[in-house]
Amino acid sequence: MSNKIYWKGLEQLSNDPEFVKYADKEFPEYLPINQKKQSADTPDDGSSRRDFLKMMGFSVAAASLAACEAPVRKAIPYLNKPVEIDPGIPNYYASTYAEGGDYCSIVIKTREGRPIKVEGNKQCMLSGGGSTAQVEASVLSLYDQERLTAPMAAGKKSDWETVDKEIKSALASSRNIRIISNTVLSPTTRKAVEDFIAKYPGAKHITYDPQSAHGLIQANQQSFGKAHLPVYNFSKADVIVSLDADFLGTWIAPVTYINQYTKRRKLSSSQKGMSRHYQFESNMTLTGSNADYRIPVKASQQGLIAAAIYNSLAAKSGAPTISGIQIEVPFLDKAADALWNAKGKSLVVSGSNDPELQMVINAINQILGNYGSTIDLEKAAYYRQGNDQDMSDFIADVAAGSVDAVIFFNSNPVYDHPQGGLLESELGKVALKISTAGRMDETASVCDYTTPDHHYLESWNDAEPIAGHLSLCQPGITPLFNTRQAQSSFLTWMDAETTDYYQYLTQNWKSTYFPSSGQSDFDTFWNQCLYNGIIDIDLSSAMDTSGESTQVEDESDNQEFAFDAAAISGALQSTYQTDNSGMELVLYQKVGLGTGGQANNPWLQELPDPITKAVWDNYITVSQKFARDNGLSMVEGKTKIANLTANGVTVSAPILIQPGQANGTFGLALGYGRKSAGKVANGLGANAFTLINSSNGSLSYYAAGDVALEITSETHRIGQTQTHETYMGRETVIQEALLSEYQKDEYAGQFAPKIATWKGDEEKVAPHKVTLWKHHQEKYVNHHWGMSIDLNSCIGCGTCTIACQAENNVPVVGRDEVLTRREMHWIRIDRYYSSTGVEDYDSLEQAAENPEVTFQPMMCQHCNNAPCETVCPVAATVHSTEGLNQMAYNRCIGTRYCANNCPYKVRRFNWFKYHDNDQFAENTSMSNSLGRMVLNPDVTVRARGVMEKCTMCVQRIQAGKLLAKREGRRPSDEDVNVACAQACPAEAIVFGDMNNPDSKLSKLLKIEYHDKHKTVEEPRAYTVLQELNVDPNVFYLRKIRNKDQENA
Amino acid sequence: MQVVSSVREPLITGKKTYHDVTHDICVRVEQKPTKSWLMAMAVSLGALLVGSYALIITLWDGIGMWGLNRTVGWAWDITNFVWWVGIGHAGTLISAILLLFRQKWRMSINRAAEAMTIFAVICAALFPVVHMGRPWLGFYWALPLPNTFGSLWVNFNSPLLWDVFAISTYFTVSLVFWYIGLIPDFATIRDRAKGVSKIIYGALSFGWDGAAKTWSRYESVALILAGLATPLVLSVHTIVSFDFATSVIPGWHTTIFPPYFVAGAIFSGFAMVMTLMLITRKVYKLEDYITIKHIELMNIIVMVTGSIVGVAYITELFMAWYSGVEYEQYAFLNRTSGPYWWAYATMMTCNVISPQLFWFKKIRTSIAASFILSIVVNIGMWFERFVIIVTSLHRDYLPSSWAMFHPTLYDMGVYLFTFGFFFTAFFMFAKFFPVINIAEIKSILKSDSEKSTTAEAVIENANQ
Repeated sequence: MSNKIYWKGLEQLSNDPEFVKYADKEFPEYLPINQKKQSADTPDDGSSRRDFLKMMGFSVAAASLAACEAPVRKAIPYLNKPVEIDPGIPNYYASTYAEGGDYCSIVIKTREGRPIKVEGNKQCMLSGGGSTAQVEASVLSLYDQERLTAPMAAGKKSDWETVDKEIKSALASSRNIRIISNTVLSPTTRKAVEDFIAKYPGAKHITYDPQSAHGLIQANQQSFGKAHLPVYNFSKADVIVSLDADFLGTWIAPVTYINQYTKRRKLSSSQKGMSRHYQFESNMTLTGSNADYRIPVKASQQGLIAAAIYNSLAAKSGAPTISGIQIEVPFLDKAADALWNAKGKSLVVSGSNDPELQMVINAINQILGNYGSTIDLEKAAYYRQGNDQDMSDFIADVAAGSVDAVIFFNSNPVYDHPQGGLLESELGKVALKISTAGRMDETASVCDYTTPDHHYLESWNDAEPIAGHLSLCQPGITPLFNTRQAQSSFLTWMDAETTDYYQYLTQNWKSTYFPSSGQSDFDTFWNQCLYNGIIDIDLSSAMDTSGESTQVEDESDNQEFAFDAAAISGALQSTYQTDNSGMELVLYQKVGLGTGGQANNPWLQELPDPITKAVWDNYITVSQKFARDNGLSMVEGKTKIANLTANGVTVSAPILIQPGQANGTFGLALGYGRKSAGKVANGLGANAFTLINSSNGSLSYYAAGDVALEITSETHRIGQTQTHETYMGRETVIQEALLSEYQKDEYAGQFAPKIATWKGDEEKVAPHKVTLWKHHQEKYVNHHWGMSIDLNSCIGCGTCTIACQAENNVPVVGRDEVLTRREMHWIRIDRYYSSTGVEDYDSLEQAAENPEVTFQPMMCQHCNNAPCETVCPVAATVHSTEGLNQMAYNRCIGTRYCANNCPYKVRRFNWFKYHDNDQFAENTSMSNSLGRMVLNPDVTVRARGVMEKCTMCVQRIQAGKLLAKREGRRPSDEDVNVACAQACPAEAIVFGDMNNPDSKLSKLLKIEYHDKHKTVEEPRAYTVLQELNVDPNVFYLRKIRNKDQENA
Repeated sequence: MQVVSSVREPLITGKKTYHDVTHDICVRVEQKPTKSWLMAMAVSLGALLVGSYALIITLWDGIGMWGLNRTVGWAWDITNFVWWVGIGHAGTLISAILLLFRQKWRMSINRAAEAMTIFAVICAALFPVVHMGRPWLGFYWALPLPNTFGSLWVNFNSPLLWDVFAISTYFTVSLVFWYIGLIPDFATIRDRAKGVSKIIYGALSFGWDGAAKTWSRYESVALILAGLATPLVLSVHTIVSFDFATSVIPGWHTTIFPPYFVAGAIFSGFAMVMTLMLITRKVYKLEDYITIKHIELMNIIVMVTGSIVGVAYITELFMAWYSGVEYEQYAFLNRTSGPYWWAYATMMTCNVISPQLFWFKKIRTSIAASFILSIVVNIGMWFERFVIIVTSLHRDYLPSSWAMFHPTLYDMGVYLFTFGFFFTAFFMFAKFFPVINIAEIKSILKSDSEKSTTAEAVIENANQ
């Protein structure tokens, strides 16, 4: 045994008794936690009451803090990520919006596989990349909870197999089958229908349109032997005369016409001329409000006005005149003279559905030599193919019991045909009734089977709006529900080789269009077409094989122009009246709702009507004179309800006093009074389709005899987003000038207030010269975002409002909240009427009887010296280094001081929780899980109690900057565009980087770069409320009217 | 005790002895609640209850329950706020400024006036909190607290932030001033009380011993606080007026606002003191303490400040015309003849015309007239704020956004809540706290050797 001592530490070696005492304990020294007890020398080493309370307190506090945390929401990553989908990165697919005859080439923006936005396709020459409110809003209709989720048989959910079996056996035993549709723009669909007819020879395809252009087609047939619509080109016209045609709003193909029209309304130092536009109409339409000369006339005078213009021109050209025409209307001769002076460069259009009137219009255009320049009849336009006569024959057949089966192919005549009521009651006589509607609409409700079609964003299809101009429609998402494309249904029911419409479509393209494309590989051709969305096929080779309507053209190619002035005289004089002493009713469509197909879309319901600024309602528009005579007034939307009788039908609607409404006429919008469109639309307004006169097989959208209005004592409030009609002569808000003045002086109409300084009156300076503000502009070293809005080409359609709503998750608040003046739109369009006088405030407040109209899009002006920023107590709204006024929603506590201090009143407050709230069920994009799919994941859904406003689509700016950065270059115009500017069919809104001399905006505003600051040199540019020196980054270009001095 | 010339009218009438003073005031605290007090309390609590419902719904559903809109972002909320803050001016003005000016007549009214100030400021402070979209965050985000959000800090440019400081400082100083003044009186009550009351008032009196040194300290603190409070009287409403004056909205953007608001605040505050004092005087039979002389003096102040306010109104109109600014001119034309002309007319009648009646001695010494006019003045001052806020906002620069404001039941309910709170608090005060400063008032008893310096009185005084 060794003597060595092994020791663990000096303590062991020294054998300190203190150490030995605790040697067997795990911790040789007492932990401080027990110190106190040790000193008290208590044997109990358990927890004391104090410790217990401490622990208890901590646990309770910790537990309650944990409970306060937001619930965990799980996001499940892809197990196998699809190649083309990158989370957070949008994909774009070119497609086509074709509802009825309305056409727009579009690009679908999808995020993680779901469409969240529809945008115009820049490649499309027809739209120029613009869109319309209805197109922009259509993405929300995809996520409508009221869509059918499965085929329906006798009102109950069924499955496709059963339904197909039953339908096929029923069809087999039917002789007279009718397919009822609105205009079908798709040539392949028409082919499928033809195939179906070939299989069932008793079948007949009947097309009607809720807003018919049958009269125009008939007139072209009689005048030229060409039964189709012509292709108009408003951009080539120096003088435009429109008789009740709302071509910028709702007539035929507005998105195309807006694009053409506004090309001639843009002015610059290099283009100092613009078109002159005369509008003779009864209701104040969007088109009329943009006209240089707007003449309110009665609808019953239209035929005579056309004839008078014809006579005036015929007298000059030596053509036979129409006898017996007497009409006194202001500016008629002036318009005729202007047309004559612009021969070959003018355009006369009429919105009438009367073939005789349209033949006079044809004759006018013929005399003016407009065919071949502003009108191309050689090329057929297929926007409207409906035949009123066929449709009323069909309804008569149904009533007679001679129809065995009817398929309503995405049409809803029970609602949107004037004889819908009759049809509904007589449909029981038809053995088999099928609707392909995507929802239980008025017609589907009375059908035996409903075989719901996909939404167009789930469908494959094509479209041919103009002969030779083809467009493909591809889905942005796999079908959400157990629906089936209607074309596939047709293919199934006729036992075609392929029941898959996609295959059918590609086969048709392969056989029809591919051969004339000059390409060798079909897949390449197909993919290229899909990529671009559109393709122009050379007509000459395609014509032989394309649809029936082009064949009509072939047969009649050489027919001479036919016009019998003598014969038409009698017809006109029997239809029209020089001065109808009775009241008249003119039915129209609203820009947002159209004929009501998308009525269940809350975005469109809440889109302020461009003219009346009313939402969620239709109403009877009456003239100021009528209101005065009948003691009517309208304050804050409060009005009376009236019973309107026309053509023997009575409807009830509130009255709205409309400046510019022709005396002796009433207006009422179609598209309302839905009974079975869905919860959003049902019961809103009155159905005006019932008032259409359909007696002689042609629909007449006005009534001139036996129109009566009975004002009841019942009151109603119409929700309007703007109730003050004039701009009170405030030139700092609206600046305008006449074209002749502008041509002389580009600064004409400028309002540049100066303020006096200490040096006295002689040395007045511009307001921004005297300032306490530091020069923000100098700090924008990288980008400086800005915007220009051309008041001359903004037509006020409201497309930007919907585009912004879709892009920025702007909530819908419903009628009651609009009545409390709480609409949430980030971009609004202010509509100002001219006043009766400028002498005093009273006359400034009154809109003129037939006012001039100005539209002014208004959104956050992103002031450099922003009044909102200084007053926020918590710095929730601050300035970016790129000139943007930013909102930090997280930080906002909702004092609303910023909104009060905003001189433009563009800030919007979340008065309530608008999302996930049953009180706001109409806000479908935020209140149900299906609707929420439309939300833009890049934009926060704002909480209750925070302020919001236009961000200049900061998420888009950020995305564009990142893209450019990744590619190692400076961002250009292509990388960043804001939603409103992108959607604008008039290209009135231009967004860009003012620090970039090459941007479109910098060039448009003629920005000059000085040492430390920039100046805007475009003479027409001004900022609103300039003298406040808030220094906005949004510039407006002065409105110029092409009017003569003496009438100004 | 002080010696006053015998030709001066005594401020306290009825030949009160020190004991009388103590007794008259303490007996209200000591006696059982009277029937009239219970009824008044029931009405106040009823208003508080109904108002609470409106307030809770507003907090639960959002301020959309009010009638505000995108154009008129403030209406009744800030009107009520400014109105209550204005009322809250009188207390401190009376206590502090009149103390510095050695206006002894203030002593009869300053206690109640200060209490009114405290309660009015609490009512006022309610509105900036509940008018926020997110009060659960706003109540502390508006303070410059260190935080973990990085460099996030409040915006010192914002007048709303100045408001936060101004109101909270004013409230704190007023509260301390009021409470310090109460301590000797609590001690008096304590000394007379038995049982639980003795313990409670003992605690409230902070161990007051009545020693000469304690009195000396008390006097010094009162003087210091008076000095501190004096600038606050001017600053609070000046800063409140900055909320409007620093903005760009025509009708708000006015340099005259600070003095105009302060005058208006004193005007309304005195009127409110008058309303409350006349009731208290009658119910508590304090006619000897609050004499016609007091009422007259207060009426003179109301008349003077009313005239200042009137001059301010006319100056505003003149400046609108003289400035040559189109929007300013329209804003004032719209005030006088626009859709809210009736509010302007009410304001003018109540605030400018009605106080002029006090030129007549008969009216300014009439209790009934004083009472009615004091209420009229406060109606007028409420409309003044309504006119400034709503009629300026509802038609500002862009006519497209012009809109009307329609109050809802919830706007009214929350206003009712503050009334309920105010009167509940005031009646509680009137019952449980000495409504008149016992200690101070004794110092102004007419020191006439023939009357009050009797042996009994001296002994009585020594006992207190």
